[in-house]
Amino acid sequence: MNAGVTTMRTAAETALAQTFAQARPRLPGAGAIAAQRDAAFGLFAREGLPHRRIEEWKYTDLRALMRDAKPLASPPDAAAKVRAKSAGASLGDVEARRIVFVDGAFVAESSDLANLDEGLSVGSLADALSDSDPALTTHLGRLAPSSDVAVALNTALMGDGAVIRIAAGSTIERPLHLLFVASEKPAATFVRSLVVVERGARAMVIESHEGPPGIDYQVNAALELFVGDEAHVDYVKIIGEGADALHVSTLAAAIGTRARFNSFTFTVGGAVVRNQLFLQFDGEGTVANIRGATLIKGRQHADTTLVANHIARDCQSREVFKAVLDDDAHSVFQGRIIVRPHAQKTDAKMMTRALLLSERAEADNKPELEIFADDVQCGHGATAGALDDELKFYLMARGIPAAEAEALLIQAFIGDAIEGIEHAGLREALMEQVAAWLKARGQP
Amino acid sequence: MTLLEVKNLHVAIDGKEILKGLDLTVNAGEVHAIMGPNGSGKSTLAYVLAGKSGYEPTAGEVKFEGKNIFEMQPDERAAAGLFLAFQYPLEIPGVATMTFLRTALNAQRKKRGEAELSTPEFIKKVREVSGKLGIEQEMLRRAVNVGFSGGEKKRNEILQMALLEPRLAVLDETDSGLDIDALKIVADGVNSLRSPRRSFVVITHYQRLLSYIVPDIVHVLAQGRIVRTGGKELALELEARGYAQYQEEVLA
Repeated sequence: MNAGVTTMRTAAETALAQTFAQARPRLPGAGAIAAQRDAAFGLFAREGLPHRRIEEWKYTDLRALMRDAKPLASPPDAAAKVRAKSAGASLGDVEARRIVFVDGAFVAESSDLANLDEGLSVGSLADALSDSDPALTTHLGRLAPSSDVAVALNTALMGDGAVIRIAAGSTIERPLHLLFVASEKPAATFVRSLVVVERGARAMVIESHEGPPGIDYQVNAALELFVGDEAHVDYVKIIGEGADALHVSTLAAAIGTRARFNSFTFTVGGAVVRNQLFLQFDGEGTVANIRGATLIKGRQHADTTLVANHIARDCQSREVFKAVLDDDAHSVFQGRIIVRPHAQKTDAKMMTRALLLSERAEADNKPELEIFADDVQCGHGATAGALDDELKFYLMARGIPAAEAEALLIQAFIGDAIEGIEHAGLREALMEQVAAWLKARGQP
Repeated sequence: MTLLEVKNLHVAIDGKEILKGLDLTVNAGEVHAIMGPNGSGKSTLAYVLAGKSGYEPTAGEVKFEGKNIFEMQPDERAAAGLFLAFQYPLEIPGVATMTFLRTALNAQRKKRGEAELSTPEFIKKVREVSGKLGIEQEMLRRAVNVGFSGGEKKRNEILQMALLEPRLAVLDETDSGLDIDALKIVADGVNSLRSPRRSFVVITHYQRLLSYIVPDIVHVLAQGRIVRTGGKELALELEARGYAQYQEEVLA
């Protein structure tokens, strides 16, 4: 037991322990929830922050990257709530039902909860925890991997989040937009959401994160998503944090039989971003498209870590992740497809491509296949490279100036991933964001 | 009026000299054919004129409407009225043909100080030109050259030429990979653009294309230089006798 190894605690680890000790009596939820928090914190206490010698965190050494741990954010004041009203511009004209969180706390007066569609219920996690909502306790923590320290910290310190249920057979036309806004405080938020889409229901869930530049706030967000049999769910995450923010977020999803699941992650903001997706294909005959686009520059670091776990047979999954890197940016893609012994006839293909606009940029790609069934079609591919000079010359030979030619090629590269989004308005909004990113790069 | 003047042009690629003192003068309204064996420097000439990187001159000069083209970027040359129809048109996944055409046309107009075309004006213009070339509207909605057959790619080059209305068009082996029907369509497209103001340099290995695009002047390019210049009958002579004598002449 006592191996005699005492790990040196970093300032951030010490601060997190203090935060938990102080906050514990005030955190919502008693009984089983409090026990879950204690168990989760216990993992962190033993392991500390994930570091480069932990294989899953090899390229994102949180112990080194997190110089300190910010105090828990206090509830937003009136001014912060007012500023948050202008948030969500990244969605353009997409007409969505906004569910707003400022500094990690649900803000009912900014949210659009009037005339809820039939079959849709929306609540706050803080309320559900305080009320010991039985529906919550049966679902919460079931999907989030208990061995992941980032998730454990989220479980230990979760303060608020959204709790959404979509009843069997309901179609929710308006996308649901979980909008997380950080105000001007260098604080930490731990938000946890739960979305249960029952059998045959259909919905689109957008999760977006944003905040001001110049403030080193910290976000740890987790969302557990249950996709019922024959349900159809589109899930989009937009990571548009301020330039100095640390963002760690996790999607943990279980997908039922003959379901449709489309996921898209768009990463442009944040100083350090770790985006985790843990997907579990529990039912036969499901079709899933898992995509992502990352555009980073300066010294931004963005890590996408995906585990697609095929448990049931006859599922098809397509994973496409693209990254554009400028300056000294660093992107990481770790994608693991696991095919369990019973998951025969699995058809899984993963592709990751990085476009490096600077010689100093770095892209790490680590695709992995773990196959335990014998009748499957699985594959993966990875490329990293600079803009194609031949294509650029072709465009220039038609009169298009160099900068505009580059912009066109970058848009085409990233557009290939964005095109798969079914919602036309959202597709356009994201392409607008790509155009804005290119413009900020000093291009037309 | 002299449109293009090439004097004593030397070009080396990766240290190997490909063009060794090439001279060529093209006046407004003329159609020149440049014929020559493989490896004689035909495509190199095309790329040097268009401004591809890695194809820089080691000696000599090239003037387009009196201006030194080596001081101009490829896009500036295009806006000035120089067009290259590529031997191997590139595929650009993710860029719709219409977007590409419109961006190119408006970039050129902008550089020349002309007003950009509105969407309806642009669409009308594309429809007119593409109709003549037998290009389906559906093709224009696809990404540039992606999934196009060899013939479709070449027709797309001619479509771009027709839209951009250059002063000088260099066609680099536009006939390669075309069947006889596609060849006729391409040739008709070129012929309909012939005018006293516009010139063409048709680079080809075979005489076949020149039966449809009848040149005013035919040059033989061998070993990096123009070794013979004549009228359209020279093309027929080359077809009958081949290039062997020119390669020997230069070597001798």
